[in-house]
Amino acid sequence: MTKKIILAAMAALTALPATSVLADADYRAKAIAVIKKDFVPRGQADLDRLAEDGVHAICNRTGNNPPAEIAKVLEGDQMADVKWPADGKLMGNWKKGESLAQSGRGFTWSDKPGLPVGGNCYNCHQINPKETSYGTIGPSLLHFGKLRGNTPEIQKYVYGKIFNAKAYNLCSEMPRFGRVEALKPEQIKDLVALLLDPESPVNK
Amino acid sequence: MDHSPQKRMLVGALSTLGALGALTFSASALAQEIDHAKAAIEFEKFRAEMEDSNPSELFELKGEELWKAKRGPKNVSLAESCDLGQGIGKIEGAYVQMPRYFADADAVMDAERRIVWCMVEKQGFKFDDIAKKPFATDTFTPDATNLVTYVAAHSKNMKIAVPLKDPKVKEAWEIGKEMAAYRAGPYDFSCNTCHGTDGKRIRMQDLPNLATAAGAIKGVQGWPGYRMTGGIQLTHQWRMTDCFRQQRFPAPKYTSDAIAYLLTYMIGNANGQVYKGPGIKR
Repeated sequence: MTKKIILAAMAALTALPATSVLADADYRAKAIAVIKKDFVPRGQADLDRLAEDGVHAICNRTGNNPPAEIAKVLEGDQMADVKWPADGKLMGNWKKGESLAQSGRGFTWSDKPGLPVGGNCYNCHQINPKETSYGTIGPSLLHFGKLRGNTPEIQKYVYGKIFNAKAYNLCSEMPRFGRVEALKPEQIKDLVALLLDPESPVNK
Repeated sequence: MDHSPQKRMLVGALSTLGALGALTFSASALAQEIDHAKAAIEFEKFRAEMEDSNPSELFELKGEELWKAKRGPKNVSLAESCDLGQGIGKIEGAYVQMPRYFADADAVMDAERRIVWCMVEKQGFKFDDIAKKPFATDTFTPDATNLVTYVAAHSKNMKIAVPLKDPKVKEAWEIGKEMAAYRAGPYDFSCNTCHGTDGKRIRMQDLPNLATAAGAIKGVQGWPGYRMTGGIQLTHQWRMTDCFRQQRFPAPKYTSDAIAYLLTYMIGNANGQVYKGPGIKR
């Protein structure tokens, strides 16, 4: 099913007139050939990591700006993949969330394979005001819950977004932490609490 | 080569900086932000002072010996056999005019790739032996690292001038540009995730936008360089490899097309900017 949709999407892209989006297709093909021949497995990083999945394929071919119809279909696909906690509770322990957010470990060839890996959150986001060493690739999440409340809808959004950011914005820069099993549902719940719990320093 | 006095000095200075940081860490958020900025400025001052006794010079001297000595199964020197694009044995300005296309190898080559090619083709060393331990460790500095440091030092204060008018080099640049945009892996990262936009950071680390001249030169400057973390001399090839580690990709092959094309893209984008020579990295 997914494959069919991707193929249809690719066909749609190819059918577009020769826009700037497709002008670099020849160099892209050569780039992919170089990537295929010039890498070797190391540690836990096997060569299968070089392959594009459907999301990569579309985002790589549209400069991360896919046509809206295609994005909508593929976002739906990603959303269908989100695993919601069995007990229906989406808020965990913000203190555990904070320590998880601090860690940037995991998935590199120099990391030990297997869980637990870090949330990597502070690499890209401002979160807890006490932590001033934060990145700016993603938006600031300071006062996230204070500004938005912690209604069931907001909780669901935050859980889903951390589980699979591509379900909301197909070419988001943010990893799909749940989908790739970097983070377990319990850990994602702790991150939801970090952002939404009124007791979390994020909302003080 | 023993570089322990320098290493001790660096470590000492760094712990002083660290202690300063620790003292002020309990202050308010704003104050901490300012402290981070101050630490960065202090580090830059410290690095500027270090330029007078740049540890890279030790590797440069070793590289000069290696360049001039008759070595390898063929017992020839690189000085009498290796063309870095400026004529056999000529090293002035060679580093800032690479990557370039070399007809004898039918490949676009960055400086380290070309030096290794010469070691293999002219001196008779085995590529696999070199590629087995391509980068420095606590106890070992590869010959190619010393050699590339020596060559790079002879481009100090020269403008970067990658010959992008050469169609082969231009094609390498175009392929490198596409590689930089290629997203894959468990975290969906490309080079551009971190290095494709102005003004981004990971934690407190500024991320240069390699698509601009001002950003690209930041990615070029200081390599090859003496890395304070670990106290070892590392090359631009190493830096590219480590970027792929952080990207959660497998490892690029040493002196491959992949690295050469990405370097062509990055260094080519820095054309016209002044290269300051082998440096000191945090």
